[in-house]
Amino acid sequence: MSNIAINLTGVNKSFGNKLVVNGLSLTVASGECFGLLGPNGAGKSTIARMVLGMTRPDAGQITVLGVPVPARARLARQGIGVVPQFDNLDLEFTVRENLLVFGRYFGMSTRQIKAVIPSLLEFARLESKADARVAELSGGMKRRLTLARALINDPLLLVMDEPTTGLDPHARHLIWERLRFLLARGKTILLTTHFMEEAERLCDRLCVLEHGRNIAEGSPHALIEEHIGCHVIEIFGGNPQELGSLIRPYVQRIEVSGETLFCYAPDPEQVRVQLRGRAGLRLLERPPNLEDVFLRLTGREMEK
Amino acid sequence: MGEDFAAALPANAWNWIAVWRRNYLSWKKAALASILGNLADPMIYLFGLGTGLGMMVGRVEDTSYVAFLAAGMVATSAMTASTFETIYAAFPRMREQRTWEAILYTQLTLGDIVLGELAWAATKAFMAGTTITIVAATLGYAAWPSVLYVLPAIALTGFAFASLAMTVTALAPSYHYFVFYQSLFLTPMLFLSGAVFPVTQLSGTFQQVAHFLPLAHSIDLIRPEMLDRQAGGIALHIAALCMYAVLPFFLSMVLLRRRLMR
Repeated sequence: MSNIAINLTGVNKSFGNKLVVNGLSLTVASGECFGLLGPNGAGKSTIARMVLGMTRPDAGQITVLGVPVPARARLARQGIGVVPQFDNLDLEFTVRENLLVFGRYFGMSTRQIKAVIPSLLEFARLESKADARVAELSGGMKRRLTLARALINDPLLLVMDEPTTGLDPHARHLIWERLRFLLARGKTILLTTHFMEEAERLCDRLCVLEHGRNIAEGSPHALIEEHIGCHVIEIFGGNPQELGSLIRPYVQRIEVSGETLFCYAPDPEQVRVQLRGRAGLRLLERPPNLEDVFLRLTGREMEK
Repeated sequence: MGEDFAAALPANAWNWIAVWRRNYLSWKKAALASILGNLADPMIYLFGLGTGLGMMVGRVEDTSYVAFLAAGMVATSAMTASTFETIYAAFPRMREQRTWEAILYTQLTLGDIVLGELAWAATKAFMAGTTITIVAATLGYAAWPSVLYVLPAIALTGFAFASLAMTVTALAPSYHYFVFYQSLFLTPMLFLSGAVFPVTQLSGTFQQVAHFLPLAHSIDLIRPEMLDRQAGGIALHIAALCMYAVLPFFLSMVLLRRRLMR
């Protein structure tokens, strides 16, 4: 097995007249967490489905765990665990039964499955819920069960489509902690998300997608350095246009998103001086993050 | 394209068993309600029509009307049980419950799933048809031991109707469309296939139509065995039912692949 887990070369996919994935090439190394970051409709889920061999690309090559997909997707899937965007657990079954039934799909014997269930329950922190029906579980517990289910075949690669969408912060942090644990054990993760924080915390590398195109790729830190590289001041309240023209000489760039003015300023103190004495303004100075990169690259309400 | 289709077919001869076992586990949790649901209808028809109409019509084809009707109800119960399982249980597993989607993450293929669903629907048909056969035999409307030959015919009937219903499941945009299949295909077939009265009562054209109906072939297999008579054209009936089991399977595979794996 090579040290490349996933390779996409020149992949295109359209549904009808709509080009959903456009000339996408990317490589995911074994053992890394690679993020597909993009707004809804950017093609993230379609890419995940193509990696699993559930959707055929119109053009381009896909190799997953050393085998061509979709031609030999069944072989590839023996080494993949999937956490889908929408839960598809068997609601009428108990937690334990869900794992049992799913293990059988991988050709495992009942004895083999029963041997791994305790460690999966422990991993998912669901020991006390083993015999509870899935319908009785909270959203976070269901996600953890889905994650445990994805691990039943001891996969090398995990494909996760928005694994924490719809979860409360506590449940989300628990999932993140579990994913870091898996990464530490050498698993490869392909993660789609529209949460910048999630991508920043988990991903070794990521690519930013817009209309199915890869518009930037690199580690979160490198992307932030490359595209922002200075402090950010968010200004709420007041007229963004008027404030913009006032501070423009002192900043690198200004973006307006909704009612908020984002200033990218190498010297934040200069901006503060300009705005001193103005009532009703709230300023928040912070280090740059992926959201800034995303706003810049996807050009939402960009100022000249 | 051809290669893709081949990849979606059943991967081997045993993968489907995992899907069958999933459905069996689910069924066990509500077995009693399911059994009663599948049996109530044919039993009511058997005894309602059998005794009520039976008094008026007397003997049919040299036997009591109830005994004549029993074979029709065995075949019909198998047809209904496997059809309903496929359109009202497999369809939601394919769609809103996303059960099939989860299975497709594993090393199972779409063909494995479809085959598992068909085998499960045929199993339910077998349970329904067999129970009615046992009731009929116990009451003296069917002959031992030739009645045992009925059992494989019930299973084959279940497979054929599951396979037909699977193409409907593959095509249906929503539940509303199943009504058309029931009222425009299944219900007329009941009257054209000799389930409640002999096919010879039909006009010539309809008799010709009956030659092509899967339920007619099923009844022509089942009735002679239940009445311990010499059956004719067994090979033809078995071949026809096998055709109805196999061809719609491949058709539904084409349709489901288009629907689920775009």
